[in-house]
Amino acid sequence: MSTTKEISIGDIGSRGAEASSKLDGDKMALNVGPSHPTTHGVLRLIMELDGDLIEKCEPVLGYLHRGDEKIAENMTYNQFVPYTDRLDYLAPLANNVAYALTVEKLTNIDIPPRCQAIRVLVCEMARISSHLLGMGVFGMDAGAWTPFMYTFTEREKLYTLFEELTGARFTTSYTRIGGVARDIPDGWLGRVESFVDQLPKAIAEVEKLLTRNRIFLDRTEGIGEISKEDALAYGLTGPNLRACGIDLDLRKDKPYSGYEQYEFDVPIGTRGDCYDRYLVRIEEVLQSIRIIKQVIKDFPTGAWYAEDAKKIFAPPKEKVLTSMEELIQNFMIVTEGPQIPAGEVYFEAENPKGALGFYIVSKGGGVPYRMKIRAPSFCNLSILEKLAPGHFLSDITVILGSLDFVMGECDR
Amino acid sequence: MIDEDFTKSLLQKHSYLTQQDSVDWVTFECVPEKLLSFVESLRDTEGFEILVDLTAIDHGEGADFRYSTVIHLYSLVQRGYLRIHSTCTDNDKPEMPSVSSIYPAANWHERETFDMFGIHFSDHPNLKRILMWDEYPHFPLRKDFPLAGIDTPLPADDVVEVTQASVEPAPMMGGPFVSSNSGSMSDSEPRAKDESWTEKKEKPV
Repeated sequence: MSTTKEISIGDIGSRGAEASSKLDGDKMALNVGPSHPTTHGVLRLIMELDGDLIEKCEPVLGYLHRGDEKIAENMTYNQFVPYTDRLDYLAPLANNVAYALTVEKLTNIDIPPRCQAIRVLVCEMARISSHLLGMGVFGMDAGAWTPFMYTFTEREKLYTLFEELTGARFTTSYTRIGGVARDIPDGWLGRVESFVDQLPKAIAEVEKLLTRNRIFLDRTEGIGEISKEDALAYGLTGPNLRACGIDLDLRKDKPYSGYEQYEFDVPIGTRGDCYDRYLVRIEEVLQSIRIIKQVIKDFPTGAWYAEDAKKIFAPPKEKVLTSMEELIQNFMIVTEGPQIPAGEVYFEAENPKGALGFYIVSKGGGVPYRMKIRAPSFCNLSILEKLAPGHFLSDITVILGSLDFVMGECDR
Repeated sequence: MIDEDFTKSLLQKHSYLTQQDSVDWVTFECVPEKLLSFVESLRDTEGFEILVDLTAIDHGEGADFRYSTVIHLYSLVQRGYLRIHSTCTDNDKPEMPSVSSIYPAANWHERETFDMFGIHFSDHPNLKRILMWDEYPHFPLRKDFPLAGIDTPLPADDVVEVTQASVEPAPMMGGPFVSSNSGSMSDSEPRAKDESWTEKKEKPV
């Protein structure tokens, strides 16, 4: 029997007054969040203000903590794939791929070229989708609503393509250890190609609205500047690190899943301010289009999963229903999980938000002993304590928007 | 490049290191007392400028040394990773020197590790919980903490006063079905691992 309880949350006003009384007189305590449009999720900021100037900023996390790492220790490797969707939920496909690649590193199975190409393709599509939202919302944070409509329209088209590929728009759960859930549908590549063909036009539209917009420049240029040294010291990754002028892209430096075959440039910024972070993201979208075109042009044929990995990848359904051996194989993988050798492994993939890392300790069998998720948003946010002081309150909106974080990944 | 020569030179320079087998990156075991000076020399002389990850492992209640921490560093010069294990010598009060003075990135990682495992990082500037709330009494990623959770008082006293509510363990019916790695075939069939509270079984008090 369920009972309904009425919950009163007490006197909010008195809590605010209490926080203020701890400061002596001329300063003000301001609490932003945990649920506030600026914070893009459930991030809470406790700030100490001197007039309009931020003197101290303390981020409070954990409102979206679900204990993913504990859950991972209690289920088989494939069962955990849907949980990776919910890390950076704006680029679930990229998370799926990063996770599968980590587990596969513990085994020594060969992933066929077609599977690798599919993975690169979906990763880059996820990057475009995430950056489109990131840029749109960033514009919105700086007071420009229109670009968001353009980027959201494009993102919608991408989601239709994701739906066709994976069956879901948002939580894709597309990869399996040793392959992907299913091969690409007929004619899908053509539709992806026509999407990326028309995308630069939409990006140009957004650029027209933002890149040389006086108001946008005033709000972002020179705001939230991060020095190279700070960026490295605080472990920033992804576009946020590259905007500071550091050339670190794991797709180039530690190529995985066949990224070394494709030609693309790594855009880097000079000042490390909010504007640079925006510019880097714009350019990354264009580079992703380049990669996607190369992947599609030379799309490998053949198997789309590791056929030899009998203890890791479940056989195709039609074989399970007709052949004894495959039936047993399927049963073992579903019940006991993919058999992964003992050992420890750390792998990072260049995700839209930064380097998403998984550290897995395996004692053999189908369940990890320990899994740590290194979330890029978590590290990128840790610089906020240092970055925010000295800025005006109105800049916080822009700084948060430019860091482009996702709390689902930050809190795990 | 992080190759054999590099590893050997490190082992020679730092006699307290032992190398461990690893399938991916070069791995060292470092004694906690020397951890700070070792990572500092890695940052200053070998170019390991980025601390990408810091976490811990709970080796289980039966283990001689229950907790160990793992640090992953990345070098922009060598374009590669390095892994450093350190074992906490005390099982009841696990402690580790904080590297946050060398890598500010470690600040939040160490807070998280403290939050989840209860490992105390000495000389940490602000060692308090980061994901769970400050008053939370347990360390959830320890192996003896149940998957469903433990009945815990809510952090807000005024809410508790009105509602008598607490944070309840999750109902595990239909929870993750997992087969154990060992034992006979009949024991290793998949079952809900944590059956502390189901529809048929009362919640234990």
